[in-house]
Amino acid sequence: MSNPQQRKQMSVLDRAQRYLPQLVVAPPFLLLVFFVYGFIAWTGFISLTNSRMLPTFDFQGIQQYVRLLAMDRWNVAFHNLLIFGSLYILFSITIGCVLAVLLDQRIRAEGALRTIYLYPMAISFIVTGTAWKWILNPSLGIESYMQKLGWESFQFDWIVNRDMAIYVVVLAAVWQASGFVMALFLSALRTVDEDIIRAAHLDGASTTRIYFGIILPSLRPVFLSAFVILAHLSIKSFDLVVALTNGGPGYSSTLPANFMYEMAFRRNQIGLGAASAMMMLATVAAIIVPYLYSELRAKRHG
Amino acid sequence: MAEPKTLPGANGKRHLLGRLFIWTLLLAAAVLYLGPIYVVLSTSLKDLAEIRAGALLDLPHELNFTAWREAWSSACIGVRCEGLRPYFLNSVIMSVPSVAISTLIGALSGYALSLFRFRGANIIFALMLFGCFIPFQIVILPMAQTLGYLGIANSITGLIVVHTIYGISFTTLFFRNYYVSVPQELVRAATMDGAGFFRIFWHIMLPLSVPIIVVSVIWQFTQVWNEFLFGASFTSGGSQPVTVALNNLINSTTSVKQYNVDMAAALIAAAPTLVVYIIAGRFFVRGLTAGAVKG
Repeated sequence: MSNPQQRKQMSVLDRAQRYLPQLVVAPPFLLLVFFVYGFIAWTGFISLTNSRMLPTFDFQGIQQYVRLLAMDRWNVAFHNLLIFGSLYILFSITIGCVLAVLLDQRIRAEGALRTIYLYPMAISFIVTGTAWKWILNPSLGIESYMQKLGWESFQFDWIVNRDMAIYVVVLAAVWQASGFVMALFLSALRTVDEDIIRAAHLDGASTTRIYFGIILPSLRPVFLSAFVILAHLSIKSFDLVVALTNGGPGYSSTLPANFMYEMAFRRNQIGLGAASAMMMLATVAAIIVPYLYSELRAKRHG
Repeated sequence: MAEPKTLPGANGKRHLLGRLFIWTLLLAAAVLYLGPIYVVLSTSLKDLAEIRAGALLDLPHELNFTAWREAWSSACIGVRCEGLRPYFLNSVIMSVPSVAISTLIGALSGYALSLFRFRGANIIFALMLFGCFIPFQIVILPMAQTLGYLGIANSITGLIVVHTIYGISFTTLFFRNYYVSVPQELVRAATMDGAGFFRIFWHIMLPLSVPIIVVSVIWQFTQVWNEFLFGASFTSGGSQPVTVALNNLINSTTSVKQYNVDMAAALIAAAPTLVVYIIAGRFFVRGLTAGAVKG
C-alpha cells in the first residue's frame, strides 16, 4: 500500500470506479429517454399533422385537437372517464380501507381472507371482463337466474343498457382493485405506533374513535398513494372495456384509451389518435408529476 | 411492528357482537370476491344444455371436461381451430426472456442509481420512474413504426423487446429502493478492501437480493402475461399472446356461443398468474406496494 506507484494506479482505478455507476445507468436511461420521451415527442408531433393512414409531416397546428374536442365520441369517452375514474377510486378506497381495518382486528383466518380479497389483482383484465360479461348477460346470467328463482321483476341489464354500461365497468374494476387497496392499507396499519393507540385506549377512547381520530388520519400518505395509483390506472383502462362491453352499446361505454385505439388502428385516423393519446398523457401527468415531485423531495430531506 | 395488537376490539367475549359483525362482513366480502371465479369454473364444467337451462349459480350436475379440452386444443380462434394452446405457448415464449432481461437490467441500474450521490440523481431517477405511469397509448404509434423498421413487426420477438423496455422502469424502481436500504457501511467496507463496482454487486448485493428478485420476476411476469394493448396492437394471427386470443375467442360471433368453452379458456389464460399468486402471494403484494413509490 505504501508504494507510491501503486497508490497512483489505485487512484486512476478509483476515478474509473467513480464513474462506473453513471456508465451502467446510461444505457437503460438512454433507452427510456428514446422509447418514452422520444416517442412522446413523436406522438406529440404527429398530433399536429393531418396524418391519416400513415404518419405524414404536414404540419397543420392544433386542428386535430379542435376536431377531437368537437367529436361526440371523444366527449362521451372523456365524460365516461370522469364517471368511471371517480367511482372506481371512491369505491376501491372505501372498500379496501374497510376490509383492511376489519382484517386488522386480529382475525384468525387473516391470511386466507387476504388471499381471497387480492387474487383478482393477479388475473388479466381480459379474464375479469370475460367473467363479468358472462355473469351479467341478461339472457343466461344473474338476471335470468334470479327470475327463475321466482323473483320475476328482478332486473340487472346494465351491460346492454346505454346509460348504465359504464357502471358495469366500474363494478368489475372495483372487484379487481379493492383487494389491492386493502393490501396497501393493511401493511400501513401494521406500522402504526402501538403506544399511541394504547395511550388513547387508556384515555377511554373507543375503537371507532381511535380509528377515525388517530389511525386513519395518520395513514394520509397511503390514501394519497392509493389515489394516485388508482387514478392513473383508470386513465390507462383499456382491456377491461374491450372484454366486458367492447365500448358498447354503441360507443356508450368507451374510455379515452379505447377511443385512441379505435382511431389509430381501425379508422386510419392516426393524427386524431395521437391527439387523444396526448390528452391522456396530459391527464396522467397532471396527477403523477406533482406526486413524484413531492415524493422524491420528501425522500431527499428525510 | 410484528407484535400482536392489544386493541380493545380484540378482547373476546365482551365484544362478541362486534366480532360477529366483523366476521359477517368479512365472509360476505369473501363470497363476493370468490363468486365470479366460482361461476366461471362451474360454467366451464357444464354442458351447453345445462347452461341454457339458466342455472348460473348451481353446481354442475356432473364434471364434464370436454369444454376444457376444446378450449385448449380445438376451439376456433379466427381461422385456426387449434384452441388456445399455440397462443399460450406464445405467451410463455414472450414472458420468459422479457422478465429475465428486464430484471437483470433493473438490478444493475437500480444498484448503480442507489450509489448516486450527486445533485440531479433524483431527476434521473424521476425521469425513469415516470415511465411506470405513462399510458401506453402514447407510445404505440411510434413503436409500431419502429418495430417495422427493425423487421420485428407482428412477431413475438417484437413483443419481447417492447415488454423488456417498458419493464425497465419498474424493475429499476424495485431494485433501487431495495438497495438504498442496504446499510452503506457494507458497501464502504468492501470498497476499502478494494472491491470494485461489479465485485460488490456480484458478491455482496446479489446474494442479498433474493427477495427483491422474486418480487421483480413475479411483478414482471404478471404484467407481461396479462398485457393486452401491445399484443393487440403489434401482432395478428399466429403470433398473438394468449390474452388477445382469448378476447378473439370470446368476441367471435361466427358460431354458436359455447359459453363453457369460453369460460374454460378464460381459466386457462388466467392459470399461470393465479398459480404464481397462490404460491408466492407475499412477494406479489410487495411488488404491488413497491409500485406505490414509497420505499
